[in-house]
Amino acid sequence: MSAGVEDAGSRGAAPDEDAPEVWIRPGWEDVYRRSLDCVHCGLCLQSCPTYVETGREISSPRGRIYLMRGVAEGRAPLADTLVDEAFLCLGCRACETACPSGVRYGAMVEGARREIERAGMRAGLAHRLERFALRSVVPRRGRLRLTFDGLAVAQKLRLIELVAPLLPRRLREAAELLPPVPPRGERRRLPGRVPAEGPVRGRVGLLSGCVMQELFGRINAATVRVLARNGFEVIVPPAQGCCGALQAHAGEADLAADLARHNARVFADAGVDMILSNSAGCGAAMRDARDWISEEGALLAERTRDVCEWLDAEGLVAPLGAVPLRVCYDDPCHLVHGQRVEAAPRRLLARIPGLELVAHQDPGACCGAAGTYNLTHPSMSQAVLARKIAALSEADPDVVSTGNPGCLMQLRAGGSRAGLRAEVLHPVELLDRAHAAAPAPRPGNATYS
Amino acid sequence: MSDLIGALHGIVGAERCLSRAEELFVYECDALTLDRATPAAVVFPHSAGEVQEIVRACRAHDSSFVPRGAGTGLSGGATALEGGVVIECSRMNRIREVDAPNRFAVVEPGVVNSDLSKAVARHGLFYAPDPSSQLACTIGGNVAENSGGPHTLKYGTTTNHVRALEVVLPDGELVRLGSATGVPAGYDLVGAFVGSEGTLGVVTAAWVNLEELPDGVETLLAIFPDVVSACRAVGGIIDAGLVPAALEIVDRRTIEAVEASVYAAGLPTDAGAVLIIELDGLRVSLPRQVERVREIAAGEAASGIEVARDDAERQRFWRARKGAFGAMGRLAPDLYVHDAVVPRTVLPEVLTAICEIADRHRIKLSNVFHAGDGNLHPNISFDRRDADERRRVEAAGAEILELCVKVGGVITGEHGIGTEKRDFMPLLFGPDDLDAMRRLRLAFDPEGVCNPGKVLPTPRFCAEANPHARGYDAVPIE
Ligand SMILES: Cc1cc2nc3c(=O)[nH]c(=O)nc-3n(C[C@H](O)[C@H](O)[C@H](O)COP(=O)(O)OP(=O)(O)OC[C@H]3O[C@@H](n4cnc5c(N)ncnc54)[C@H](O)[C@@H]3O)c2cc1C
Ligand code: SF4
Ligand code: SF4
Repeated sequence: MSAGVEDAGSRGAAPDEDAPEVWIRPGWEDVYRRSLDCVHCGLCLQSCPTYVETGREISSPRGRIYLMRGVAEGRAPLADTLVDEAFLCLGCRACETACPSGVRYGAMVEGARREIERAGMRAGLAHRLERFALRSVVPRRGRLRLTFDGLAVAQKLRLIELVAPLLPRRLREAAELLPPVPPRGERRRLPGRVPAEGPVRGRVGLLSGCVMQELFGRINAATVRVLARNGFEVIVPPAQGCCGALQAHAGEADLAADLARHNARVFADAGVDMILSNSAGCGAAMRDARDWISEEGALLAERTRDVCEWLDAEGLVAPLGAVPLRVCYDDPCHLVHGQRVEAAPRRLLARIPGLELVAHQDPGACCGAAGTYNLTHPSMSQAVLARKIAALSEADPDVVSTGNPGCLMQLRAGGSRAGLRAEVLHPVELLDRAHAAAPAPRPGNATYS
Repeated sequence: MSDLIGALHGIVGAERCLSRAEELFVYECDALTLDRATPAAVVFPHSAGEVQEIVRACRAHDSSFVPRGAGTGLSGGATALEGGVVIECSRMNRIREVDAPNRFAVVEPGVVNSDLSKAVARHGLFYAPDPSSQLACTIGGNVAENSGGPHTLKYGTTTNHVRALEVVLPDGELVRLGSATGVPAGYDLVGAFVGSEGTLGVVTAAWVNLEELPDGVETLLAIFPDVVSACRAVGGIIDAGLVPAALEIVDRRTIEAVEASVYAAGLPTDAGAVLIIELDGLRVSLPRQVERVREIAAGEAASGIEVARDDAERQRFWRARKGAFGAMGRLAPDLYVHDAVVPRTVLPEVLTAICEIADRHRIKLSNVFHAGDGNLHPNISFDRRDADERRRVEAAGAEILELCVKVGGVITGEHGIGTEKRDFMPLLFGPDDLDAMRRLRLAFDPEGVCNPGKVLPTPRFCAEANPHARGYDAVPIE
């Protein structure tokens, strides 16, 4: 009988010592090495929203990997098709959880996007705007806040509706997607430190996020309340910055690395047991940072958890009141595929008295939000969203719960357009409601609100 | 733009016709990455009528054509060897009709195998052939390859489940073969078409059997010190008169790869092999069968036997089994999935001999196979960039096939001949047999335009006459 396995486990991007010598396009080495993990079996095909939508091999994970490998090997040209496909991909990483071979597709496509960006192959006004936003607005708190201030005024004065007919279609759709910007009070910065209630069970850091804080300040506040009620002291380092997810997805690898490095330092200085994120996209980026910055990144990866994952592992101790609602939990791609967190949020929600978890078709399928994808690829995004809304409509819940800002926006906009009556909430908002509904709040405890 | 492409645009529109070099590049092979060739174009018809027009356009422009499903084929069947047009059926994916009382469904070729079972589950029915690739492969591909699966042992291969076919013949004519009752009148043309590997025409609809979901199912996992004792247990189970739904052996190297993957099911990584045994039927009949299997396994040195506690655990076992080929990607960049059948009774000796061949050629071999049918899958992990290794892989593969034929077996169980085994056909068939097959093919495709270069060795493709004729040599790899 033959000997056992010498090299079980995916080789990932580790250099393969006895690999035959082949010419590799400079800059593409990491993409190439990762592509070798794919055996071309096709088991990922049906997990891919763009393949399901088009039926095209070239728009499938296997096809994209094959093309990336071909480009790296110099067998296929570095041309527009690759650019189109690399960006038509939603980056949802559903192909990763379907792949028996352990292919790290997400890292591979980010590598390809990085090289596309470096080669200056993307053009057009939309791209320049996106780049400006990712480089100069999103990572800067002050500017981001001003942008949202402006947006709030525009929304209040119904300016957008006035000028909408004049806007290009994409911008108009983007404007429709945005929920009303909350009042400044809700967007105000979280306190740097919130004490635990009752016996202290630990000290955690919260990644407050950029978009999250501006558009979903309520969720951040709820997250802090739920953590504090359950015995965690919450540190929200004011110096923290953007996680770099959007930049990395867009191919701005250097910028993403800088941002991650900055956060690694800030959270190391904060002296917390764990860094928690309530945004799946940010959490996944923190955990993937080891691909961009090896050493500090490894630390970030090890020390980051999704807030639901953390609460599920540590256990809820604060009393829970009844929240009698029928809830569909919809997995954010970057939680279920990016971080492999699937059961934890469901277990947490199931603990809420009166709350009924209702199943719907394909909860792990992408909703089409995918960061800025709904702005850059509106028609594919709408097609993918339509499947999601159909599945949710069939289940007809009171609440759709999901833990990522992009998905929250997408499901709200898509749901209301399709006449879906469900409210769209983050799981911690439901937990927060349950805590608030608990019969006898312990007296004397100050809560942050 | 060539005239042919222009004609195709005229039929399906530019949107549904790919012809840029990079788009075609990804269609140069199916799940067999050894044989490659770039097609002239890839078209996505929506209807049988469009398929007819495409076929006629190809004929008018002297182009061959190749039907394609999901490209999970393992013998190069969907590769456009002569640079013809790929007719991609993935968009013809409607279930036209489900006739639950009469236990059949009418499906288009692009319907994904597992989607059909999912769609009819609410009637208490399922579609029995379950290739391990069922989450991706299509009914059209299954019909063309006469695909089997773990449950073939009890339920048979695709050919046992197809009642009738609607096909576009190579001259563009649309015909219906067989009848919805499943009883053919006259020659069994459905029988000839199933397993024809896309060489007789394009399937545009299939009338397939639906089975009732069994009353009860028990799935057992028996752990053995080595593959050979697991094989003996398989013999024992069948000799005892049991008819399990599935008997699957997974060897140690495969277990290790699967357990490192997303499909990990808690299989023991220190076992020499595991045997998955599925029993189904009336619930009352199962406990005794389970007992009997336990006894037989214990008699063959099984160190333990587990019974799946619930459906979730059963699904986990099967997901692990079905993810096995893909998981082999953890061992090397490429995988050559071999497929051959031997009489079940010689399994132990054949496996020992195969391992010896692998060791002699210094190749990395693993085995995961449909043991109950004697359907072997010796899988060879390799690196296609290494020319020397590739030669050793092919030499070992050839020896394995010769061995299987020598002991009374055949050179494919379910993956087909395609380009991969075309040149091995003479191992099994004499010139007269091959000529008879050729004449059958000519009856459907007199001009040789439908998936040319597959299945039958022709003087042009014969290995002896032209050792460089195989597709991959057209593309320099180094
Ligand atoms: C991981 C893995 C596991 C597998 N497990 C099994 C298994 O357990 N059992 C098994 O039998 N096979 C298995 N296979 C092989 C493969 O999945 C089957 O052969 C399958 O039927 C191919 O279907 P497809 O849709 O991918 O067809 P393709 O690969 O696209 O095509 C296969 C052949 O069918 C022809 N074809 C496709 N559509 C049509 C049509 N509409 N009309 C006429 N001809 C057509 C093509 O020309 C080609 O010759 C496995 C493959 C992989 C990668
Ligand atoms: S499932 Fe994994 S190995 Fe298989 S084709 Fe997809 S990416 Fe490649
Ligand atoms: S990340 Fe999503 S969209 Fe992109 S290839 Fe994978 S499954 Fe498809």
